[in-house]
Amino acid sequence: MDIFIEGIKQAIQLLVELNREIFLIPWRSLLVSGPSVLISLLIGMPIGVIMGLAKFPGRKLLLSLIYTGMGFPPTVVGLFVALLLWRSGPLGYLSLLYSPTAMIIAQVIIATPIVAGLILAAMQQLDPKLQLQALSLGANKLQLLWTLIKEARITSLAAIMAAFGGIISEVGSAMIVGGNIKGKTRILTTAIVLFTRMGKFEKAIAVSIILLFLSFLANFALTYIQQRERIYWKH
Amino acid sequence: METLVKVENLIHKYDDKIVLDIEEFELNRGEVLALVGSNGAGKSTFLRILNLLEKPSRGTVKIFGVFPTNNKQKHILRRRMAMVFQEPLLFKSTVYNNVSYGLKMRKKNKDFIKNKVLETLEKFGISHLINRQAGTLSGGEAQRVSLARALVLEPEILLLDEPFAALDQPTREELRDDLYKIIRKENQTTLHVTHDRNEALVISDNVAVINEGEILQRGRTESVFNRPINEFVANFLGVETILYGKITSKRNGLCIVSINNQKLEVVSDLGEGEKVIACIRPENVTLLKYSLKAPLTSARNSFISTIKDISSYGLVYRVAMDCGFNLTSFITRESLDRLNLKIGEKIISSIKATSIHLLSRK
Repeated sequence: MDIFIEGIKQAIQLLVELNREIFLIPWRSLLVSGPSVLISLLIGMPIGVIMGLAKFPGRKLLLSLIYTGMGFPPTVVGLFVALLLWRSGPLGYLSLLYSPTAMIIAQVIIATPIVAGLILAAMQQLDPKLQLQALSLGANKLQLLWTLIKEARITSLAAIMAAFGGIISEVGSAMIVGGNIKGKTRILTTAIVLFTRMGKFEKAIAVSIILLFLSFLANFALTYIQQRERIYWKH
Repeated sequence: METLVKVENLIHKYDDKIVLDIEEFELNRGEVLALVGSNGAGKSTFLRILNLLEKPSRGTVKIFGVFPTNNKQKHILRRRMAMVFQEPLLFKSTVYNNVSYGLKMRKKNKDFIKNKVLETLEKFGISHLINRQAGTLSGGEAQRVSLARALVLEPEILLLDEPFAALDQPTREELRDDLYKIIRKENQTTLHVTHDRNEALVISDNVAVINEGEILQRGRTESVFNRPINEFVANFLGVETILYGKITSKRNGLCIVSINNQKLEVVSDLGEGEKVIACIRPENVTLLKYSLKAPLTSARNSFISTIKDISSYGLVYRVAMDCGFNLTSFITRESLDRLNLKIGEKIISSIKATSIHLLSRK
C-alpha cells in the first residue's frame, strides 16, 4: 500500500512544482494528437457525410471496411506504418520513422475510420426530409452538406472526442513508430510505460494523472455541450 | 394568364409500380389550387417532383417555361419556389436563424435579411419568438416559423404539403386563416396539398382531385364540389347521398329519376333511359316539420322521411333519414331545437331539382 501512497505523494509534488520533464510530455502528446485529430476530421468527415447520405454501388463494402477500421488494433497500425517507413520500406527514403510525423500518420489511420463511422451514423439519424427542406429553401450542394453537418453537430462532436480519446490514450503505434525518444517522441502513454518499467512510479503516476485529467476534460466538454443542447432538443 | 407550371405525360414509378400518371397539369400565376386526395394518392410525390426534388420516371415538367435538364438549372428554378412540409423541419437554431436561412443561402446582405425576417415574423405574429430556440416551440408556433421561413423568400410558387395536418383543430384553423390572409393579400401562387376536403373548400379558388396517382377532376372549387365527375370524386368530396337509378322520362330539361320506387326530379343534360347516379349533398337537403298538409315550396322533391340518427358533426348536426332510400341532411343547432327533432319521428325532407347532380352510369 505504501508504494501507492508514496507514489501519489511524490507525483503530486512533481505536479505542484511544475516539473519541466513531466509537463513537456503532455505538450508533446498534444503536438502529435492535435494535428492527428484535425487531419482525420478533414478526411473522415466528408467520407462520413457522403457515406451517410449518398447511395452508390459498393457502398455496403465500404461501410464494412469503415466499421472494421473503427476497431483497428493500434499496434497493428503501428507495425504497418513502421514497415512503410522502414529504411528499406517503400517510404523509407523520407526518413520519417521515430519522428512525430510518423506518429501522426499512424494516429490518423487509427482515428479516421472512427470519425467517418460516427459522422456517418449521425447523418443517418437525421430526418431524410431535412435534406429536401434545405434544398427546397434554396441551398446548393455545399450549403446542404454544411447544414446537415451543423444539424448533426452533437454527434459530430462526439466523433471528434472519440477520435481524440482514442489516440491520446493509445500506446501501441506510438511506441512502434515513435520510439519513445525523450524530448521528441515521448508522449503521455509511452512515458507511463517507460517510467513503470524503470520503477519510477512517482513519475508514472504524475503522467497518468495528467492523462486522466485530459481525458476527463475532453469528456466533460462534450457532456456539457450535449446537455446544454438537450434542453432545447428533447428527442 | 401566365402558366408557371406545366406538366405533360408524367409517369412516376417506384419499383415498377406506377405511383403517378398525370397526362396534363397546369398552375397559373396568382392561382390558389388545392390538390386533394386520400393518403397514398401520390400528392406529396407530385409536389416533390414539381419542386424538382425528385426526377419523374417519364414526362416533362416545365417550371416557368423551362424544362430543366441539369442540376444547375434545377437549383436556379428551385430558388424561385419554396415548399413547406407537414412537419416543421426546423433547424437546430433560433427562430431568427431558421427564418433567415433561405436568404443567407442566397447570399443577401445582412441588413436586407434582418429587415425581411422582422417583417415576415410580424406578418405571422411571431416577432416575440425571434430569439427562441426552435426546439422549445409548440407545434403551432413551429409550423408558423416554417411557413415564415418559406414566405420570407417571396417565392413565385408556394408548395404546401399538408402543413396543418399535424396540428390540433383550433390551432389549425387559426394558422390557416392567418396564412391565407397573407396569401390572398400578396396574390401568392399556391399549390396546397391536403386530404381534408373542407380545408380545400375553404382555401382554394380551384381544386384538383387525385386518386391512385391520377388527377380525376380539376376545376373551380365550387363547381367540382357541386358537379363531381364520378362516384369516387363525389364520395371523396363528401356527397353523402349517392343513389343508383334510371331516368324514366324527361320534359323541358327536367328528368324524372326512378329510385327504389321513389321519383326524383332533377335538372340534367342526360337523356331518357340512361342509368344514373344521383348525388345529393347533405347541405342541400332542407327539413320541414311534418304535417298532414303538404307544404308549399319551390323545391321539386319532398319526401316523408323517418329520422334514423342525429349526430354532432363539428358545428352542424347530421340527420340521417329513411325516405325509401337513405338521405342525410346537415342542419344547425338552432334548427334542431326549433324543429324539436327526435329519432324515429317523421319529417319532410325537400331537395331542389337543381341541387341534385346526376352522373351517367356507363
